[in-house]
Amino acid sequence: MSFMGYERPDGSVGVRNHILVMAVAPCVEPVARMVAEGIEGAVPVTQHGVCLKEGHETIFNTLVGVGQNPNVAAVLLIGMGCESLRPDLVGSAIAESGKPVEWVVCQELGGTRNTVVRAKEIVKAMAQQAKEMKRKEFDDSRLVVGLKCGGSDTTMGIAANPAVGVVADLIVEAGGAALIIEPVEAVGAEQVLAQRAINEEVRNQIYKVVSNEQKRWSVPGCEMEFMCKGNIDGGLTTIEEKSLGAIHKAGTKPIQGVLEFSQRRLQKVPGPGLYLQDGTHFEPHAFSCMAAAGAQIIVFTTGRGATLGHAIVPLIHVCSHPETYERMKDDMDINAGTIIQGKESVESVGKRIFNEILEVASGKLTRAELLGYNNFAVYHRDPRLDILLGIA
Amino acid sequence: MKKAIVMNPKDNVATALDDLKAGDKITVVSSAQEVVKEVTVTKPIPFGHKLALNEISKGAEVIKYGEIIGRASQDISLGDHVHVHNVDSARIPMPKAVREQEV
Repeated sequence: MSFMGYERPDGSVGVRNHILVMAVAPCVEPVARMVAEGIEGAVPVTQHGVCLKEGHETIFNTLVGVGQNPNVAAVLLIGMGCESLRPDLVGSAIAESGKPVEWVVCQELGGTRNTVVRAKEIVKAMAQQAKEMKRKEFDDSRLVVGLKCGGSDTTMGIAANPAVGVVADLIVEAGGAALIIEPVEAVGAEQVLAQRAINEEVRNQIYKVVSNEQKRWSVPGCEMEFMCKGNIDGGLTTIEEKSLGAIHKAGTKPIQGVLEFSQRRLQKVPGPGLYLQDGTHFEPHAFSCMAAAGAQIIVFTTGRGATLGHAIVPLIHVCSHPETYERMKDDMDINAGTIIQGKESVESVGKRIFNEILEVASGKLTRAELLGYNNFAVYHRDPRLDILLGIA
Repeated sequence: MKKAIVMNPKDNVATALDDLKAGDKITVVSSAQEVVKEVTVTKPIPFGHKLALNEISKGAEVIKYGEIIGRASQDISLGDHVHVHNVDSARIPMPKAVREQEV
């Protein structure tokens, strides 16, 4: 099967044609919004961490990866001028992908008004160029799809996550790549993932990233809730059960590798197959992690009805609970509640999701896109904490 | 007839797809929607909670998704409610306060 995508200079294939207007520091976020306002295809984003580069390389690496994502046609970066996480540094790194990249600095251009005027000229020209690009046919082996769940309930391990597991298998069988994230959600089920590793090295990495995340979130005296009351009320009995339900999204194929997300580097999906990204479980941040690793589309499963989106990666909502689906139809792309109702098999829902991925890849807008969801957040993994915990 | 779903042939628990009452005779289906067996429920089991598909003795593995999700902390009979009151995690024990609140 195939889809209609945009070919990028580095050979990657995009499913959207965004012009990214990126404020590298939170102070210039309003400038990015003013610049993007009224220009078709322009998407303003920023990161809300700090504007210093040293020690915050995960922010830097994520911004670069997001800029290089194939759904982005061109990038205009905006800096204030006093940050060390400079637009020219982020911009030059993004430009290695061969796409048009430019940057403006507010202090150099004489303030906000001048910067907005100059930046708008650049972005308008980029948007004009992007409009002239045409979609071309690509084999489904070119798909890179991220898989994530949120707003979980007891139906997810039965309906939506197993259906997405079927999707992960279909993508891998087609020669594409599927990406799972959130090692913290594999606590208690890591052996199931580990036994699917292609070799000893990957197996050890799986154990290591899950254990590291558990250490980061279970500092004595400030434990993270691995199971909440809602989980137990809903029928989940142990962390093993909860995690096993979550990792159903990963299907049954071998795990090719663990993608590094650290001070040193943010590793991209290097080829076909199933990968685990050592990212975070917080949704909007996780979406940016996956976008930076090269995901073109994200399939998001929910039972309680979490609705989200992402600035550059279309999100397909798969709803696991039939009652939630009825209540929130307008937000949901796929109803997997039919499995709970006994009306449809897991296999059949998985195939419907895979077909939806191909349609969205060819330009069909997701519910979240139609509603205007454009969440964007950047996750900062602090290397200082890893050093103190002895896991750096 | 009310239903529960069993996710893997190795499982000794199924998940209720309806709110079940004690005495309900229910159909257990696979994820392909095929009927696997019929079970009479011994206790009320809310939607999303688990019931035992056979006897599970104290200390035995409780299996869902074909994997161990914990061990029985007491003998469990066919059709019983399987939850925090009779299953222990091997990984992160349930805080006592939560367990007491639930039972």
